[in-house]
Amino acid sequence: MYMSRETMEYDVVIVGGGPSGLAAAIRLKQLNSELNICLLEKASEIGAHILSGNVFETRALDELIPGWKELNAPIKTKVTREKFLFLGKNKSLSWPTWLLPAVQKNHKNYIISLANLCRWLAEQAEALGVEIFPGFPASEILYNDDGSVKGVATQDMGLDKEGNKKDSYEPGIDLIGKITVFAEGCRGHLGKQLINKFELDKGKDPQQYGIGFKEIWEIDKKNHEEGMVMHTAGWPLDKNTYGGSFIYHAENKQVFLGYVIGLDYKNPHLSPFDEFQRFKTHPAIRKIIEGGKRISYGARALIEGGFQSLPKMFMPGALLIGCDAGTLNMPKIKGSHTAMKSGMIAAETINEHFKLKKDLSVFEEKFKNSWVYDELYKARNVKPSFSWGLILGIIFTGIDQILFRGRMPFTLKHKHADHETLKPANEMPKIEYPKPDNIITFDKTSSVYLTGTNHADNQPVHLKLKDPYLPINYTLEKFDEPAQRYCPVGVYEVQNENNVQKFVINSQNCIHCKTCDIKEPSQNITWVTPEGGGGPKYGNM
Amino acid sequence: MKILVAVKRVIDYNVQIRVKEDNTGVVTDNVKMSTNPPDDNAIEEAVKIKESGKATEVVAVSIGEEKAQETVRKALAVGADRGILVKTDGIIEPLAVSKLLQKIVEKEKPDLVFMGKQAIDDDCNQTGQMLSALLNWPQATFASKIEIKDGKLEVTREIDEGLETIEINVPAIVTCDLRLNEPRYASLPNIMKAKKKPIEQLNASDLGVDINPRIEQVKVEEPPKRKAGIKVSSVAELVQKLKNEAKVI
Repeated sequence: MYMSRETMEYDVVIVGGGPSGLAAAIRLKQLNSELNICLLEKASEIGAHILSGNVFETRALDELIPGWKELNAPIKTKVTREKFLFLGKNKSLSWPTWLLPAVQKNHKNYIISLANLCRWLAEQAEALGVEIFPGFPASEILYNDDGSVKGVATQDMGLDKEGNKKDSYEPGIDLIGKITVFAEGCRGHLGKQLINKFELDKGKDPQQYGIGFKEIWEIDKKNHEEGMVMHTAGWPLDKNTYGGSFIYHAENKQVFLGYVIGLDYKNPHLSPFDEFQRFKTHPAIRKIIEGGKRISYGARALIEGGFQSLPKMFMPGALLIGCDAGTLNMPKIKGSHTAMKSGMIAAETINEHFKLKKDLSVFEEKFKNSWVYDELYKARNVKPSFSWGLILGIIFTGIDQILFRGRMPFTLKHKHADHETLKPANEMPKIEYPKPDNIITFDKTSSVYLTGTNHADNQPVHLKLKDPYLPINYTLEKFDEPAQRYCPVGVYEVQNENNVQKFVINSQNCIHCKTCDIKEPSQNITWVTPEGGGGPKYGNM
Repeated sequence: MKILVAVKRVIDYNVQIRVKEDNTGVVTDNVKMSTNPPDDNAIEEAVKIKESGKATEVVAVSIGEEKAQETVRKALAVGADRGILVKTDGIIEPLAVSKLLQKIVEKEKPDLVFMGKQAIDDDCNQTGQMLSALLNWPQATFASKIEIKDGKLEVTREIDEGLETIEINVPAIVTCDLRLNEPRYASLPNIMKAKKKPIEQLNASDLGVDINPRIEQVKVEEPPKRKAGIKVSSVAELVQKLKNEAKVI
């Protein structure tokens, strides 16, 4: 269906307006203000698809914009106190902070909204002359005849469900970059294609993912302690499922409450959403939010593979940065500073490429000499050790992180990709989740409502099935169709119509978390970009 | 023919509205803002008329805080030729908006003024009508079809009973319904071009209009929560509940 489209040419085209893409754009302009740079973002505005805890380490920002305080960056709430709890069903055990590994200490960090930080970074970038286009997803990679990356095409707008052009049809355009930087975040749909095409993950362990939930609550003044950071492990997850919670007391009586579950979980009956809801009913958590009001909800997949799974980040004509590659530091539970740093290294690489004709492969050397590499290297053995269960994981992590500071003379491997870990439904225990009380716990319908999600009516479904019959003919019987449970907003349903079962995709509810693309056991679901501006409209997530 | 289109910056229609804790209004911090949806229809119609050769210029005007410039810019990106931003602070009521628009009309001398039938934030549905009265121009409200015929306008209106078609003289005010057209998308090259189109900035205080609020807002509250439904076991129980509990029969 290719027709000649309009073309715009830039020195650098950046795909994605998160911390890595914005940091790359800013650094490029700082190094050479003459460069023409455009940055595409699929959300209706910068920040609207950003979801993160977030306790922010300023290291990368200090290097990028040393005067961020004077420039009124939305980084205000310093961490004042921290706590780590192990939860039993009704009990909780407080872990002394002095026994926490250094990577989990946060006293120099800030509680922020990453969405707001991105909005601020976008202002800085625009002031430097970067052209930012929100509402324009990059839907396709363009290649030169020699196979190198040429740029990206933006999504066609105004197609109906069958792919016919509506009156409002607006064709996508070709954005040609001398260099294209992919910064789509975890499981970017173009990044995934690049990793395959250029075999960027050759010799690496399979990438590991988690699904992270976040709610913002406005709570009672007496329960609020601005600057307080709390993490938990344990209940309601069994000891073979990797995960934990965060509770960050931000400004304006808000708490950022979240839960992360490793997508390598084995039981297809597990529902990450319901685990998160149930977690809030623990007495230690309930007492914080009781009497408060939930004002935001969202979810997003995140990278957990770290060092062993990090693909090669350069290829002919392009770079892959941030969590599009996978720079999150799992034991630190932080990825914003490493994502930003990877963007800055990308910018320095591109600058040398333009000025000194250096090959993009210098990225690797620069990356290896940076503190990001050092961080990821030291963190590498934590996540895989939890495949032995929570207790052994903690003991090992204590030895690895406190005694050896991440310098043990071996590297543990990630053995399986997350879509390979589910056991057949009939071999695993069913899980009875309590019904939502609509005070502390909620259902998916009322939750998706808070995300402000919408996709223009009557557009092609952006969640593609390779085999449309597989969900009913295979996945339902073998795994009780886990898509019904791993999707955090109930996009996937199995409906029974006159005793015929039907797999329904409510794609208009999709919050672009990418979990289905990761966890579907046969990799039957592919997430592609919907029409621009669709998806959630997160505020200060 | 010159068309002036008024556009308002409002909370995006997908965002769940939250009332401030002190009941003085709704939360607008960290909230996605967009063009009032029927204003998009108004711009689209004006641009279509220009494209058909029946108008020579489309001017977009917005009244509000500095950031309303984005709303004007969006109108420029879908085809308006230039923009005007009248800067104000705080709440501004329909009468004040009408008076400010009157000043802009006197200055710009358009033949037509288009705007949305109402704004989705305050739902007032008054500005077009008030402006019509202030200017003593004819008005056509809730337009779902507009045709220019021999210097007159034939407008189809969405009314309770169905569709009403009227003919009015020009100059005129038309307020637009969502059924009028399907607004186009702003293309990337057009967004680029829009960055270079001029936006004139004025201060409301310079226009010599009293924009002080005439209405005292007592409080803003959330609508009551919908109660969960119940299942009844028999018709008799249903009748009994409708009679004694719901008291509707």
